Order: sequence, then structure tokens, then C-alpha cells
Amino acid sequence: MSSSANEAASRASAVSSMGQTIPTDAEVGHPEGVRWGMVVDLDRCTGCQACVVACQAENNIALNEEQRVLERRAKTWIRIERYWEGEFPNAKARFIPVLCQHCGNAPCETVCPVWATYHNNEGLNVQVYNRCIGTRFCANGCPYSVRYFNFWNPEWPEPMNNQLNPDVTVRTKGIIEKCTFCIQRINRVQVTAKTEGREIRSGEVQPACAQSCPTSALVFCDLNDPESAPAQLAEAEAGRSYTLLEHFGTDPGIIYLKKVDPHAEILEDDHAPAEAHA
Amino acid sequence: MQEPVVADTKTSNRELLDFVFAWPAWFFAVGGALNGLLVAAFVVVILMLMFGLQFLGYSHPVYWGFLIVNFVFWIGVSHAGIMVSAILRLTQAEWRRPVTRAAEVLTIFSLLTAVQFPLIHSGRPWRTMYWTFPYDWNRGAWPNPRSPLVWDPSAIFTYLTSTILFVYVALLPDLALARDRAPNPVSRAIYGVLAMGFRGTTRQWRIQTVAGLLLSAIILPIFVSVHSIVSWDFAVTSVPGWHNTIFAPYFVIGAVHSGVSAVVTVMIVMRYAFGLKRFITRDHIDSLARLLIVVATVWLFFFLLDFFFGLYGTEPAEVDTWQRRLVEPPWVVIAITFIICAYIIPVPMWMFRAIRRNFFWMFVTTILVNVGMWLERYMVVVPALERKSGLTFTYGDYAPSLSEFILVAASFALVILGFLTFSKLLPIMPAADIKEGQILADRIRVGRANVPAAMRE
Repeated sequence: MSSSANEAASRASAVSSMGQTIPTDAEVGHPEGVRWGMVVDLDRCTGCQACVVACQAENNIALNEEQRVLERRAKTWIRIERYWEGEFPNAKARFIPVLCQHCGNAPCETVCPVWATYHNNEGLNVQVYNRCIGTRFCANGCPYSVRYFNFWNPEWPEPMNNQLNPDVTVRTKGIIEKCTFCIQRINRVQVTAKTEGREIRSGEVQPACAQSCPTSALVFCDLNDPESAPAQLAEAEAGRSYTLLEHFGTDPGIIYLKKVDPHAEILEDDHAPAEAHA
Repeated sequence: MQEPVVADTKTSNRELLDFVFAWPAWFFAVGGALNGLLVAAFVVVILMLMFGLQFLGYSHPVYWGFLIVNFVFWIGVSHAGIMVSAILRLTQAEWRRPVTRAAEVLTIFSLLTAVQFPLIHSGRPWRTMYWTFPYDWNRGAWPNPRSPLVWDPSAIFTYLTSTILFVYVALLPDLALARDRAPNPVSRAIYGVLAMGFRGTTRQWRIQTVAGLLLSAIILPIFVSVHSIVSWDFAVTSVPGWHNTIFAPYFVIGAVHSGVSAVVTVMIVMRYAFGLKRFITRDHIDSLARLLIVVATVWLFFFLLDFFFGLYGTEPAEVDTWQRRLVEPPWVVIAITFIICAYIIPVPMWMFRAIRRNFFWMFVTTILVNVGMWLERYMVVVPALERKSGLTFTYGDYAPSLSEFILVAASFALVILGFLTFSKLLPIMPAADIKEGQILADRIRVGRANVPAAMRE
């Protein structure tokens, strides 16, 4: 190693106040590290809400009774937003699953006074429930409105309490919760891979929503791994890929692929309002 | 404007300390009623602690509402004390003398009330020390310095501490006066301890005066920073309608507008409640009203700038927010009420000398200003959250609940009760300051010339 490279390395590996050396990315081995993300192909999404139910079951989300939905306090870490396009009879329902975008430049992280939400080194926007004091500033800052507040302690009537997932914390009243990309599943795969002494295989990690999607509209992946199939898909379909509310500059970890609509032109010509051209 | 001689020293001392040593019946009646409201609020807070925030009107995605609006409002009112006291003291405005203490005390109690609101408003108030104290406890995590919510407590507690110091320094001679005239030994002992041995020696007067002037100068930057930082709670987020560089000066001048109005209201109430007709005169109200005309107009300018910047960017989300604030029901009603109350009715009325010198009309107009300014904060905070981004699916409405109304009413009760208790226990009128003003205003005849009796330093 040349002397200049040595210098660079010594500059890069910072020494903490405890005297431990914090390894740099280069020393860890993966040049860029993992960045967990998702590719959402809207052309495949049918709006069936299987992902919503799967998420509810996997993550111990409190029951969304009718009353909760009416007062808009229902918690859905992933939700299917439905938009109508065109005029009757040529109206079309468009679906878009919206979950925490795990932004690289997240507006929620900067405003939390107690570090309850921060960015971990795998590209996840994590929520530490024990730190949260419930100022709800993060929920205001999030342009995607994917953070949900616990107005009360959750309750599951017998025998539904028996289906709680033991790997996931049940959140108490007064704190914010949101999509974790099923971090418990990521951890389990990482531990398994480590005990077997191998790298994590591409596609081995599956959050509940992606696993339950019947049309594979949601595909979980490591965005920094160019070998992974979803990353290649996003690359190949670059013409129709975009991120949600791009103008906020949040650098989301979720890539959406636009719907391919063979009837789009007909709609535009006949019935679509003028804004459709814009 | 020079204050005329109103009374000799003996009469001043007696009348200014009258309320401290008297126990009128209305004091207990009003205090009891205010305490009743506080008990109601206490019940609400206990319920919130036990059962979570389900009693508030919040829902997805509007997570801030009445309580934060009320927080901003009381922080705003707290700006009166320093505006009136420090600035007028530094500019040697003679008419400030009877006004200062009341304005400073209003600052203290509105600040103390304001800080309650973010605390009870959080989901887990018993853990807020992790937020408000810059210490890492045993978690290995310090408070996040990037968050405006961490800047808030440091600004507010600095302001609170310096205001209390400011009041205390000015209070020393009056405490000594109360000590010397207290009717029973217990209160004499208490005032004696509080007066810290103030005997009116030349050295003590000099230290007291210099300390007061220095504190006035030091406190001014804090006064500007507090409401700027409160405005950054909103301005640093990316919420359309909040994300605005004009917010800091706009909030500060709005705070002065509502604060000085509140001082006028309090002065008029004090004049009748505490029997201070000789000391709070039409001249004082007139001067404050002239100040208010300027402040209100600058505030209107900043409000229009805020509106103009919103439209100038032609950012659809920003324009949407303004449309919701000003045009869509039910906000159009609030918008019209707000601008009429905060500017259109009061300022043209203040143009007339007869109204500026009329206690009844000044009372009505300054109350109107504060109604308007409360609604202004409501208009700034809530509609922006209801329409946060292009994802129309998550649009929601906010309707305050009964609990929030009780808490807001109780905040007014708390400030009034605090003010009343202060004026019962300690002299609310700066007796020494008023007498100093009288001495400075005295004139003597030297030969044919009519000259001031005292030299100003």
C-alpha cells in the first residue's frame, strides 16, 4: 500500500472517544454497504390489499375496527391508495401501494428531538419505540404520511392474541410507529447466513407484503447489489421508473414502475381532462 | 411625553401597595372560578396520561392542533414584557414606568403556561426529560441537535430565566418598600428576605440601575430569538405552507402585536380592579396604541409577504394550502374573522385620538386583536397539515374536541391566576420607578428660569 493510500485510510477510519476504531466501509468489505429497498411495479398491482393484511398480521398492528377507520386513526403501515382517472363510463381505478419510503434523506429523522428515528447503516429508516416520546413532529414532517400514532394501548380479543408475532414488539400508547421493512425477517436471515458462514442470497429476505403479493408487484431487494433481479428490473425499465414525490428531494428507497396502459391515448383523446397532457 | 406629577411620595407608596395588603372579596371569587377551570383541565390531563391522547381531535395525518396553536399564542403574548420594558427603558420613554412590571409579569406567566403545552401534548410526557435536558442519561444518546424541538426548550428557558432576573432586579426597591410597610411580622420577614438587604444606599441604587440596563440590553437578542425558533418548528419542515423563510420575522412581529395588545388589556383591567386610576392614565393607553398602529401595520406587511411568497413560487402544493386557508370553507370564515379582528377593525379605530384615549374602546379592540392573533396561529398550523402533499388519498380534516377547548380555556385561567397571585403577594406597580419618574419630572425655579429638579445621568 502506498503512503498516500495509508494516509487516506488513517483519515477515513475515525477513532471514537472510547478509543475504539470505527471501521470504514472499505474495511468492512462491501464498498457501499447494503441499502434495502423495494421495486413496486404498478402495472402488476391489482389493489387486492393482500399486502395490507399480511403486514397487519406480521407486525402486530392493532385491529382497525370500523370506528377507527371512520375517525382516521386506523394504522396501516402499507396502504393501497386508490385514485380515479377519467370520466364515467371510461373511469379507471389506479392503485398505488404506499409504505415508508425509507428515504436516504429523510425529513422525519432530522426533526426527532430524541433520536427515536434515525438511519441505520443498511439504508433503513428505523424507529426505536423505547426512545419515542410522541411529539409527532416526524409524522408532520413526512410528506408521504406513513407514520402512525398510537392513541391507545392496542387490544386483541381472545383468541386473536394468540396470533401475535413473538418477534415484533407490541407498541404502547403515545408513540409513533411505521413500516420497518420487516426488520425482524432481515435479522433472522442475516443470523442464519452468518451461522452458515455465507453471504445473504439475493431474494432471500422477504417482507410480509412482498411475500403475500399474488402478482409480485412488490419486490424487495438490496438496491446496492447490481446482481439482484429487482435492481436489474428497475434498470431495464428505467423508462417508467420513478420515486414518489421526487421534488421533496428525500431520496426514497422505493422505486415505482409506472403503469403500462394501452388505452391511455384513447382516454386522453376522448375524455381525459386537460391536465392529463401536462 | 412627560408624565405629570401625580401624587406626593406618601400617597404613591400607600396607593401602589394597597392591593398587596388588602383582601377584597372579589379576589377570592375570581380566584375560585379560575381554580375550577384548572381542576377541569387537570382531570383532562390525568385522563390523557392514563388513556393516551384519544380524547384530542387529532387523527391521521393532522397530528398537531389546538394545543400547539395555544403554545405559539402564549409564547407570542410573552413577547410583550420585553418589548415594552427593555426597549422602552433603553429608549428612555418616560411613559413606560407604570406599564413595565405588569408587562414583565405577563411575560413570566404566559411563558410558564406556554411550556406546559408541548409537554402534555406529547404522547409520553413522563419521558420528556430526554428531550428537554441536554444530557445522555444512560442511553448513550444525546438529544438530537438538528431538531427545532431541541432548540425550543433552550431558547424558552433562557428567556424565562432572564425575564425572572429582570423582574427581580427591578423589584428589589419595591420589596424593600413592602418590607418597611408590612402590617405583620411574618410578611415583614418574608419581604425582608426577598429584598436581600436593599436599604437604598447610593451604591445599591447604582448597582440596581446598571444591572437593570445591562439586562435590558442582553435580553433583546433572546427576545428576538425565542419566537424565531418557535417559528422554525414549522419552517424547517417540508410541509407546504410551513416551509417559508419569512416565518421568523413574521412570527416575532406577530408576537409583539398580540403581546402589546395583551398589555393594554391588562393595564385597563388593573386600573379598575386594583384602584390605580391615578397611575394608569389615558396618556399611557394612548402611547401604547400609537405603538400598536406601527406594530400592527408591520405585521400586516409580513403577513402579506408570506401570502405573496406562497403564490409567487407557483408551487401547486403551496398554492393549494393558501387556497384552503383563505377560500375553502370552513377556513374562509376563520380567515375573514382573523383579518377583521387583528387589523381591519382595530387599526383604523386607533387612528382616532378619542378612541386611543377611551378605556372601553381600547379594551374591546385589544381583546379583538388577540382573538384574531389566536385564529392566525390556528390558520398557520392546521390547514397546512390537512393538505400536506400531492397524495390526495391522505387528506384529512381536523376538528377540536371538548378536551382541547377545556385545556385552552384553562391556559387563560392559569395566566390570569398567576398574574392575580403575583399582584396579591408582590407590588405589581413599580413604585420606585414611578417615584423616580416624578422626581425627574419635578421642576424648580432658579431665579427666572424653570429647570428640571434632577439631572439625568
